[in-house]
Amino acid sequence: MTETWQGVAAEDVDEIDTATGLRLAARSRRLLGSLLRPHLRAASAALGLLVVDQIAVLAGPLLIAAAIDRGIPAALDGQPGPLAWCVAGYAVAGAADALIVGAFLRLSGRIGQDVLVDLRRRVFAQTQRLSLSFHERYTSGRVISRLTSDLDSLQNLLDHGLEGLFISLLSIVGIGAMLLVLDAPLGLVALAGFIPLGLLTRWYRRRSQDTYRSTRTWVARVIVQFVETMNGIRAVQAFRRESRNSSIMDGLNGRFADADTEALSLIARFISTVRLVGNVSVAVVLLLGGLRVLDGTLALGVLTAFVLYLRRFYDPLDELAMFANSYSSAAAALEKISGVLDERPAVGDPVQPVALPVPVRGEVVFDGVRFSYSGPESVLPQLDLAVPAGQIVALVGPTGAGKSTVAKLLARFYDPVSGAVRLDGVDLRSVADADLRRAVVMVTQESFLFSGSVADNIALGSPSASRSDVVAAARAVGADEFITALPDGYDTDVRKRGGRLSAGQRQLVSFARALLADPAVLVLDEATSSLDIPSERAVQAALATVLAGRTALIIAHRLSTVLVADRVLVLSEGKVIEDGPPSQLITGTGPFANLHTAWRTALA
Amino acid sequence: MTPPKQPSLAVLRRLWPYVLPMRGRLLGSAAAALGSMLAGLMIPLLIQRIVDGPIADGDRSALVLLSMGVLALGILEAGLIYLRRQLVARPTTDVEKRMRADLYHHLQHLPLAFHDHWRSGQLLSRAVSDLTTIRRFIAFSGVFLVVNVLTVLIGLVILLVIAPILGVLAVIMTVPLVVLCRRYERRYELAARRAQDQVGELATIVEESTLGIRVLKSFGHGPRATRNFLAQARELRRIELTKVRLLAALWTLIIVLPELTLAAMLAVGGYAVAAGSLTLGTVVGAIAILSYLRWPLDSLGWLLAETGNATAAATRYWEVRDVVAVVTDPPRPRAPARPVRGALRLEGVHYRYPDAVTEVLRGVDLEVRPGETVALVGATGSGKTTLTALVSRLADVTAGRVLIDGVDVRDLALADLRTIVATAFEEPVLFSASVRENVALGAPEVTDDDVRQALRIAHAEEFVDALPWGLDTRIGEQGLTLSGGQRQRLALARAVLGRPPVLVLDDPLSALDVHTETEVEAALRRVLRSVTALVVAHRPSTVQLADRVALLDGGRIAAVGTHSGLLAEVPEYRRLLSTMDDAMAAR
Repeated sequence: MTETWQGVAAEDVDEIDTATGLRLAARSRRLLGSLLRPHLRAASAALGLLVVDQIAVLAGPLLIAAAIDRGIPAALDGQPGPLAWCVAGYAVAGAADALIVGAFLRLSGRIGQDVLVDLRRRVFAQTQRLSLSFHERYTSGRVISRLTSDLDSLQNLLDHGLEGLFISLLSIVGIGAMLLVLDAPLGLVALAGFIPLGLLTRWYRRRSQDTYRSTRTWVARVIVQFVETMNGIRAVQAFRRESRNSSIMDGLNGRFADADTEALSLIARFISTVRLVGNVSVAVVLLLGGLRVLDGTLALGVLTAFVLYLRRFYDPLDELAMFANSYSSAAAALEKISGVLDERPAVGDPVQPVALPVPVRGEVVFDGVRFSYSGPESVLPQLDLAVPAGQIVALVGPTGAGKSTVAKLLARFYDPVSGAVRLDGVDLRSVADADLRRAVVMVTQESFLFSGSVADNIALGSPSASRSDVVAAARAVGADEFITALPDGYDTDVRKRGGRLSAGQRQLVSFARALLADPAVLVLDEATSSLDIPSERAVQAALATVLAGRTALIIAHRLSTVLVADRVLVLSEGKVIEDGPPSQLITGTGPFANLHTAWRTALA
Repeated sequence: MTPPKQPSLAVLRRLWPYVLPMRGRLLGSAAAALGSMLAGLMIPLLIQRIVDGPIADGDRSALVLLSMGVLALGILEAGLIYLRRQLVARPTTDVEKRMRADLYHHLQHLPLAFHDHWRSGQLLSRAVSDLTTIRRFIAFSGVFLVVNVLTVLIGLVILLVIAPILGVLAVIMTVPLVVLCRRYERRYELAARRAQDQVGELATIVEESTLGIRVLKSFGHGPRATRNFLAQARELRRIELTKVRLLAALWTLIIVLPELTLAAMLAVGGYAVAAGSLTLGTVVGAIAILSYLRWPLDSLGWLLAETGNATAAATRYWEVRDVVAVVTDPPRPRAPARPVRGALRLEGVHYRYPDAVTEVLRGVDLEVRPGETVALVGATGSGKTTLTALVSRLADVTAGRVLIDGVDVRDLALADLRTIVATAFEEPVLFSASVRENVALGAPEVTDDDVRQALRIAHAEEFVDALPWGLDTRIGEQGLTLSGGQRQRLALARAVLGRPPVLVLDDPLSALDVHTETEVEAALRRVLRSVTALVVAHRPSTVQLADRVALLDGGRIAAVGTHSGLLAEVPEYRRLLSTMDDAMAAR
């Protein structure tokens, strides 16, 4: 399934083998059960409505028969009363049917929508809870398709499926009993049709499960390709990747259409065969019953009733088949969704959180920390580090030295494999997430902005902040000037991913965001790389005041930023190879002194 | 966002070119639908004949024969049902596929301004959910809408013929039915439109909060994001419930009106029989016909609902397809000069963002001579990045012109232009694909040697070779994570591949650490020697790659000169480029 252009990755285990299929099916059924359970009462009420409706529907033909058999003859005799009663009765039954159907639709619609809101909430909250390692493995496109197209197919089941299921089950049970009561041997013949139907349904469920799994997989890939293209549209256009993209999309889109066609063709075979079984049963009952009538062992009236009921018996099977179809499609989606819901966050909230001291002082300790992303190679073999509260630490070192890893461990995007990271003496793993996020904030190089106003984006750091707080934070990092120059000032819509702002402006906004959050520990991972010199100068001036009283861990490529620090750590291959105040290290002969010389040469 | 327009059936007619190739099969499917309905209707009639005839008469062989007839009809019905579905299975998924491919193709050619403007989830929901809705409509609802309306009309005609009075009653019933249905239908379409837009909003939130997960996590914003999402999901529920209520009302109407008509027919017919103006048989027949019409009438409820959904979906689809790609090939493209010298010239260039009041660029004049490197310096937000987008026509100037070798870039074929000009962006975008694919980006006839050479120039070969599968390693979101510096070097390799005569580099060194920076700088210096280049620069180190420096200020080129010259003479330039690093380094 992997094309060459995609390249090779460590874990292309996207799909499941058939052995785990059963477990998956059970898991998705459990999910569906837990979604429907709170609505059992409403669902039984809906079922009750349908029972009443069936009575109203069945009353109709009886009243017409009465009108013809009794009402009209009576009217011929000059007595219009009985006919009038029948007509009135029919009108009432019809109106009742109409009103009940309306009520049922509203009720089942509400159940369906409640279930969907519930599921959307669960999946969304879960994706927010899951750790970065999950997101890096699972990737955004697939999360998006879980929450969009997979939920669509569940909506389809709830919209159309439940009603069909209820109605058909009702009439099948009712009429089946009626047939057996009317004439047991003939009833058994009629019910014998259920044996091929059962086999057929099993065949269909099995085949359609695979097919629908494959439609879910391919639609997810279509979504991934779509999202990636639209997010990288600059590069796509500048490098004329359009036609290449189109051919990739054609491939994925084609596979999706194939899977869809396969599903449609399966259901064509299934539904028509169900109908065939029903029709054959009618013919057989008619023949056998007719012969028995001729032999005098069956009353003609019973046969007539039998045949009329039989037809109504097999009619709802279509609905049942449609339900089976919606269910298969939704089940495939539920499998994938339940997979996400079953994930345990690698970085979980503690069961019994330990409170951080108030206020948080910001003393950070890495105690024998070992860390590796995946595989045996450790990015950090053994890191011991104590940062007293209020110290500003700069991390320097070549690409791959582990600087970002240290930052991510401190922000608890990951947990160490062994050892512990402590804040004010408390292991980060024992701190409630909300407390931790208040205490530690990390600003990354990629300054992601959300659609909304500039002010909204800054206030992300502290939702309760007033406008003047937001402005103060922006002013502190020197962003106020460009923001007020925007068409609507702080209320300007930043557009998709902040497309309206330059990269430097986006970094200033995310910097202001971090400032407003007012954390005890600030982690800056190349947070100023895109700033021009005046902005950086402003930020640095701000840093001096802003970082006062805070612990800070700064990863920077610029000497100017490093020189703000109280202490420099030079990292190489996950180890601290030099540690000391910058002014002292510059004068030495170690790696930092060399680095410093390199900087100065670059500037010369 | 454009405000939702009142959807109309005209948008469905516009689907015709897509449906045209399958019209034969669609007609066949409709015929099969009609046929299976007729066969289904015949079965009870035949059964009636059996009960009244052979069984009453004791005719054994006729019983067997007629039972075989029922069997044959049953098989025919099942076969036609199969045919109806099977005939349209492939063609309708094909329609969906082609509509999606065309949308994707179209979106890829729309200018950046469009993409900045549209919420991403709105595009995604059009490409997936809306197209599925349209496919369902073409395959099922559309066919049945036609078939069922036809059936109802035929039924009414028969009724009018056999019992004019009763027929007139039925026709009178259809007037309020049609009027009310139309009114509900229109309201339903609007609700459907709102629901689909809301689905797009949800998709946007999902997309943003997934792509921005790091930010949300580092601020502990997850619970609030969830609450926000939940509020939007509830809004969708509210709109969907409006749809449900409308549908319920529609359905009630569609059931109650025929039922009341039937009651009226029963009353009128009964008294007419009593008065001797109608026979009993006629009344029974008329009632039987109206009962047969019950399913086609009932089904109109959800058929109309599906039509409403499809209309709204098609409106949303065409809304995007109708956006004109403003950056297009000229009608008669001029051939670029051969060989390309690479003289780049901006003349009185103005640019204003589509919805902005003020211009970002207000008359930029700049010349970059063949083989020359000019650094573009300006404060954050002064329009440097905007300017770079104009050269390869990611956006078009609003006034003035950009010339390459004396030819307006708008007169060149886009493919030619973008072969001549390569652009590296400040925030490099990597696709989930192999390193090779990310550098070559699918350009044909690019060999591994070409890729390697480009990687070497960008000083990226070494780290690429160290990746687990070398050039084949998948990077990007679904693959290995690279550092900022590595990504920037790959973006550089991408730009230098194929030795384009004109390079536009947007701050190519911003994310590099000091070791790599010197190395990449050396590499760049080699590259820049032979090409024309416009380099956006924030730092002295980058500026020093250039032969000349242009200062962008107030939407114009305020000064052009050498680094040292400008430092000495222009205060604004001094403000921008005299670094704290200098001050500190001098300590």
